[in-house]
Amino acid sequence: MRAGAALFGLVVVAGLVGLVQVAIGAGFIDEYTVPRPMEIAAALPRLVREEHVASRFLVSAAETFAAGALATVVGTALGAALFRWPLLRRSFEPWAAVLAAAPLVLAYPLFLVLFGRSSVTVVVIAFVSALPPVVLQTVSGFSSVRPVLLAVGRSFGLGRRSEFRHVLLPAALPSVFTGLRLALMFGLINVIGVEFLINLGGLGALINDLSERYDLPGTWAAIGFVVLVSVTFFVLLDGGERWLRQRG
Amino acid sequence: MLSVKGVSKRFGTASDGVTAVDDVSFDIRPGEFVSVIGPSGCGKSTLFNIIAGLQAATSGQVIVEGTAVRGPHAAVGTVFQEESCFPWRTVVDNVAFPLELSGMGKAERHERARHFIDLVGLRGFERRMPSELSGGMRQRVCIARTLAGQPRLLLMDEPFAALDEQTRLLLGDKVLQIQQQLRQTTLLITHSITEAVQLSDRVLVMTYRPGRFKRLVPIELPRPRTADAVTSPEFGAAVASLWADLREEASRGMQDAGG
Repeated sequence: MRAGAALFGLVVVAGLVGLVQVAIGAGFIDEYTVPRPMEIAAALPRLVREEHVASRFLVSAAETFAAGALATVVGTALGAALFRWPLLRRSFEPWAAVLAAAPLVLAYPLFLVLFGRSSVTVVVIAFVSALPPVVLQTVSGFSSVRPVLLAVGRSFGLGRRSEFRHVLLPAALPSVFTGLRLALMFGLINVIGVEFLINLGGLGALINDLSERYDLPGTWAAIGFVVLVSVTFFVLLDGGERWLRQRG
Repeated sequence: MLSVKGVSKRFGTASDGVTAVDDVSFDIRPGEFVSVIGPSGCGKSTLFNIIAGLQAATSGQVIVEGTAVRGPHAAVGTVFQEESCFPWRTVVDNVAFPLELSGMGKAERHERARHFIDLVGLRGFERRMPSELSGGMRQRVCIARTLAGQPRLLLMDEPFAALDEQTRLLLGDKVLQIQQQLRQTTLLITHSITEAVQLSDRVLVMTYRPGRFKRLVPIELPRPRTADAVTSPEFGAAVASLWADLREEASRGMQDAGG
């Protein structure tokens, strides 16, 4: 059923790409704005050979993982603190929610001034954008642990620390993992976006380079590659989350 | 084994509060199966929490094996009304939980856990996750987990309340078998008269709010009992006698609720 649905989705996307190809051939879409899909596909090997797309991907991936790891460590700790101290939660949870909805990437000039035109700026912006979902999901995960599970822990004489380790954390893990999945997705989007804006580093900078050279098939191929990376990220994380939820 | 002495529990302030349990006293002898029965809102679950050490009494004392209960007590094992398996652990890891806490090695605790899984009739399900089991099976996992902690007193708060009647009767059989096999001292909180009669040596009837001790009824049906016992005239007579006590209390509860 799932495989069938995925196949149907792929066929529809392939059909739309075919439609664009036909529309360009028939002159409905200007081919100087959108190159033919076949030309874009043909540009991919060139990206690998001449534009070192693999090493660019590694830069973006490393920046994303750095931001994601930071957001995981800081976000779960902050989430646990907000859960533990209700006053803190009432004071700061709304701010975390506001931050989650804010287009932080627009504040990139501020980060440029603070951290210079370097990978640090890219990682910090991605980290700040990835942080709110981890905090919010961690708080929500801890808060929705069924009270009876805590009562079981207490009935076996668990203290505060062992209760956290044996009951609270494993019970909240699926929700925390949803936060991590969102964090990595937000992180990737912001890494590519900031790389593009400051023209530095991985795949975002590659898109910027190619577009400034008016290499439209190359630009679209690079965008396609980024989409492919996002889809791969999503599939991997979604699989991980599904596995965790089955266990939870 | 267990001595409940003048236990009372009051919620709220002195002027504007509710007395949930009022001066309840009783004893349980080793190996005995006692049920506490009463209408909804009579403070049964509050009494359960106090005996389990999960809640402090306003006055009175609970004594287990000569020691006053001041918090969760290693001698008391609890099975809760709500199904409480850890969903992230397999059946065997759920049952082995108390053994893991005691620092026992994995191979040994799994071996011991298997014994209790057998006891509740779940052999073959050791590697399953709770989400793959029915409600009745999950509750049996919880019972096995509590038994694995080798409590001297097994305390159960309406453990079959969420299950259908057939499953309740069959699980009642299972609990009886286990109790006979282990000579496990057991206190069951229930609102089911059939369940109380099927399982108990004595039934303690509580009044509707505030929960007071009304009567202690000995159940003199021959053992071993099974679910088949429910069809006997003696069983019917015991149920009728308890119902006479409970009817008055349940009616008061309904009037209170505006029914």
